[in-house]
Amino acid sequence: MSSIQCRNLSFSYGRHNRHVPVLNALDVDIPLGNLWAIVGPNGAGKSTFIKILAGILKPSRGSAHLGGVNEELLAYLPQHTDIDRNFPISAYQMVAMGLWRFMGRSGGLTPELRARVYDALDKVGLSGFGDRSIASLSGGQLQRILFARLLLQDASIILLDEPFNAIDNKTTADLVQLLHHWQAQGRTVITVLHDLDQVKEQFPNTLMIAHRVIASGHTHDVLTPENLQKARKACAEFDENNLEKLHKAHAF
Amino acid sequence: MILQALHDGLLLPFSDYAFMRRALIGCIALSVGATPIGVFMILRRMSLTGDAMAHAILPGAAVGYLLSGLSLIAMTIGGLIAGMTVALLSGFITRNTHLKEDASLAAFYLMSLALGVMIISTRGGSVDLIHVLFGTVLALNNDALVLMISIASISVITLSLIYRTLILECLDPLFLRSVSKSGAWAHYSFIALMVLNLVGGFHALGTLMVIGIMILPAAAAHFWSRHVSNIIFLSVLFAIGSSVIGLLISYHANLPSGPAVILSAGGFYVISMLIGTENSWRNQYLQFNKKAKA
Repeated sequence: MSSIQCRNLSFSYGRHNRHVPVLNALDVDIPLGNLWAIVGPNGAGKSTFIKILAGILKPSRGSAHLGGVNEELLAYLPQHTDIDRNFPISAYQMVAMGLWRFMGRSGGLTPELRARVYDALDKVGLSGFGDRSIASLSGGQLQRILFARLLLQDASIILLDEPFNAIDNKTTADLVQLLHHWQAQGRTVITVLHDLDQVKEQFPNTLMIAHRVIASGHTHDVLTPENLQKARKACAEFDENNLEKLHKAHAF
Repeated sequence: MILQALHDGLLLPFSDYAFMRRALIGCIALSVGATPIGVFMILRRMSLTGDAMAHAILPGAAVGYLLSGLSLIAMTIGGLIAGMTVALLSGFITRNTHLKEDASLAAFYLMSLALGVMIISTRGGSVDLIHVLFGTVLALNNDALVLMISIASISVITLSLIYRTLILECLDPLFLRSVSKSGAWAHYSFIALMVLNLVGGFHALGTLMVIGIMILPAAAAHFWSRHVSNIIFLSVLFAIGSSVIGLLISYHANLPSGPAVILSAGGFYVISMLIGTENSWRNQYLQFNKKAKA
């Protein structure tokens, strides 16, 4: 079975002599068709890693291959903080953006595509919310809308960055079910998470990152006290080495 | 009696005077082409960028003026070159130094403004300077009208092509980059449209005030809807309304027309801010009272 393969994958922020090597020589294999969690301390490079998989960032060195899956069949859900929640747009239009692959940058919505948008709203429990502006939605409702957008993208590989951050329990439970449903359909679901209890309960496979790969495989083998300790240590070392550069990079 | 008064007050100025009709057509072209750009400038938090860009156009127009007098083509091309140069240079400086974009734009526009005024003063008198800075909406000739209408058409067509990309670029830029590589392309098209409209508009309203008809109606429309398509539609209506009202006021009260149009747009903004249906002063006040009672 093919897999997502990263070889010697490195990524640095900053330029000239202020490189901050956020990811250092990652070798990772993620078999397609599974449900994976990515964990690690804050600032360990999890979001950067998933952005590289999504094709948003280019690796500074090394490579990431998607196991033969076409880039078009890849869906990515950014963190809430990356979305302008005050933008004047309706929930319906937000969900419809998931049809980008089918309508392109200026194509219209056919009646068939419209029906799919309403169907997606229905599946995330928000039928009747189409006309609401996204600014008027709660955090949980917005996340449901974003999952409806993912549904419409109909992707083979689904990448999520902290999808349950500050989301109510009921919504989290519903959306986790959706992730399991997608995996059952044969899709690959990879999500950055920070709640380790949730990972233990719901995610069979885990990749632990702290600027490098700490461990990867079955969740119960990865989430051991030794590995967590190793990850914290790796991050502390990283901070010590790069603190000055980070300060410089954020000056002004 | 009343009908006669209405006719004399509202229609007569336009039916009797060709220069009023031309002014109105020019302003409507600006309203249709430039105001939707203004809506996106606000959404992208670029209102001040636009202001800086408008100043930056001045030296380019001034060089055109220096070379061939008050020639429409020369001043337009000069303005376009200067505007695009400043847009690209300030982006370059932001990417390659630690200076934030607003600061680099401010630096550029201050230098541009000074340079522009100096160039015009070496050759022309203060009348020419006032023409370039504040425009002459009542003296638009055929060439100027054709130019403004062409720019409005280009704007509407281009905006409809990059509309969805522009929305995603403000709303959810990372999602856009995951589905399409057209973000940068749309960004530069948008900057080009901005410069094009500023240059087209300065013949009517001048480099200092053209930004007013882009930003004020757009800002006013934000107080009435939470859907970007409605906001664009309303902003165009407000801009056309400001044009008609401003021109009539300037005609009857014998006031300068450019400022009258912009002040009318300002009137729309203030009224919308006070009584609009979304996030207006009235909304906040009512909510506060509701909470106080509860």
